[in-house]
Amino acid sequence: MQLTVPVTLAIRCSLFLVTLLSVVLSSAALFANPSASGPTTQNGTHEVATEAKEHSTDKSHSDGSGEFDASKVILHHIADSHDWHLYDHRDEKGHIHPISIPLPVILWCGGQWHFMMSSAFEHGHAQPQSGSLTFQLDEHGHIKEVSGLPVMDLSITKNVASMLLSVVLLLSIFISAARSYSRSSNRMPSGLARFLEPIILFIRDDIARPNIGEKRYARYLPYLLTAFFFIWINNLLGLLPTGANLTGNIAVSMVLAVFTFLITNFSGNKHYWSHIFFPHVPKWLYPIMVPVEVVGIFSKPIALTIRLFANITAGHIIILSLISLIFIFKTLAMAPVSIAFVLFMECLEILVAALQAYVFTLLSALFIGLATAEPEHVAHDAH
Amino acid sequence: MDLVTPQLGLLVWPALSFLLLLVVLRKFAWKPILESVNERDQQIRQALDTAKEAKEAMVRLQADNDKLMAEARAERDLMLAEAKKTRNLIVAEAKSKAEEEGKRLLDLARQDIANDRKAAMTEVRNLVANLSVDVAEKLLRKELEKSDSQQAYLRQQLDELHIPSN
Repeated sequence: MQLTVPVTLAIRCSLFLVTLLSVVLSSAALFANPSASGPTTQNGTHEVATEAKEHSTDKSHSDGSGEFDASKVILHHIADSHDWHLYDHRDEKGHIHPISIPLPVILWCGGQWHFMMSSAFEHGHAQPQSGSLTFQLDEHGHIKEVSGLPVMDLSITKNVASMLLSVVLLLSIFISAARSYSRSSNRMPSGLARFLEPIILFIRDDIARPNIGEKRYARYLPYLLTAFFFIWINNLLGLLPTGANLTGNIAVSMVLAVFTFLITNFSGNKHYWSHIFFPHVPKWLYPIMVPVEVVGIFSKPIALTIRLFANITAGHIIILSLISLIFIFKTLAMAPVSIAFVLFMECLEILVAALQAYVFTLLSALFIGLATAEPEHVAHDAH
Repeated sequence: MDLVTPQLGLLVWPALSFLLLLVVLRKFAWKPILESVNERDQQIRQALDTAKEAKEAMVRLQADNDKLMAEARAERDLMLAEAKKTRNLIVAEAKSKAEEEGKRLLDLARQDIANDRKAAMTEVRNLVANLSVDVAEKLLRKELEKSDSQQAYLRQQLDELHIPSN
């Protein structure tokens, strides 16, 4: 546990830094927009700006105002989409053609399933028909039925595709790592397992054991390991160019937090529940304390959700804001500055990727530990 | 608002994928890896224990060896000391015996010499006596050739005898 103090401190500091930077830069990016709508200079940088402008308007499918809108670009990049956009191609006539990988669209609408590829929408320019229904993309990129029927969208979006890729990666990495143990006669790891074993043992010995306790930790270890590596690898995949912002999506971080929530509350012992509904306070404080404790049950997973989502999204926003500065200032001179800052932020993000996976795992272990602790242990920890 | 509105697909697919991942990895990755690690830990612990025991046995053996060596050395010293003592004893004994023998031989020689001298003296004495008797005989014979001298001698002899004249 002595190791966690500097680590927690480091987390706090980096969180503070990231939050501060994200606030400053995203506000700069958002407020810089009106100033960018001044008279367009006819110099060499015009082309860059135009490209960015068209790029952004193409994504938003909304206005043709033709000005670079950093907040729109950034929000588009951190949001999910139905196709995996790679880059834009401009033909001789100056038309923008987005080049992207089409992904499967799965819809439940009007009492039946509809399957198609996202390319059928032609980036919002077409309205594909399936059965008797016609679908279209709205300005946010969501799929709507033309007549307004409710649509249940279970498409393999960019985020889902990226996640499935991470699942395949995780399975192949860890199953081959596990095989390397059984191959060796003296149970020595080889190859990738050699790198992974210290991390696995760190999670076992420094996260699970001290927080959950020697007696029960083994039961929850598979969950903690899976959560850690799932978050970590998806954080890293999100940092790659054209990567999906999976862990920075609130739905995904919520799913993970819900897993922790369910595990925590289903393994909560008598002492855990009695602490919530019959806390050790005078009876007349119960009307205050019991609601507070009940809120505490739900605030923990909500905190988990928002922490992961906000940290990863903030990192992406900072990097995109820094890149957007080039287009906001409309000068190539900004590029080296932006790139230097982006490089620094990418390095920080690589750290944050591991750190957030660690924090999520640590807090999950802590919550499970609190819910399953024997009374005397809790009393001991409290003092 | 799009940012903080969870989409249905991104709730369902991650939940299913994560569950699948959890189940598969638990069975095919975490279990074998952790079991291997535990097994190896146990092997290492056993090996360390064995090494410790071996070391202790070595120390014990060394101590035994030292003890044996010390004992052997002590025994050797004792034997040497005893041998020295025995040697001294034998030498001393031999010396005293030799001395005794020498003395005895000396005594014997001395006695022989004394006896020889005595015998020689006796012989000399006898010879002298015989010579004296011979000389005296010759003297007497010459002296007593005359009758008066014989007479005188008889008388003298008779006087010397002190025969009472009764």
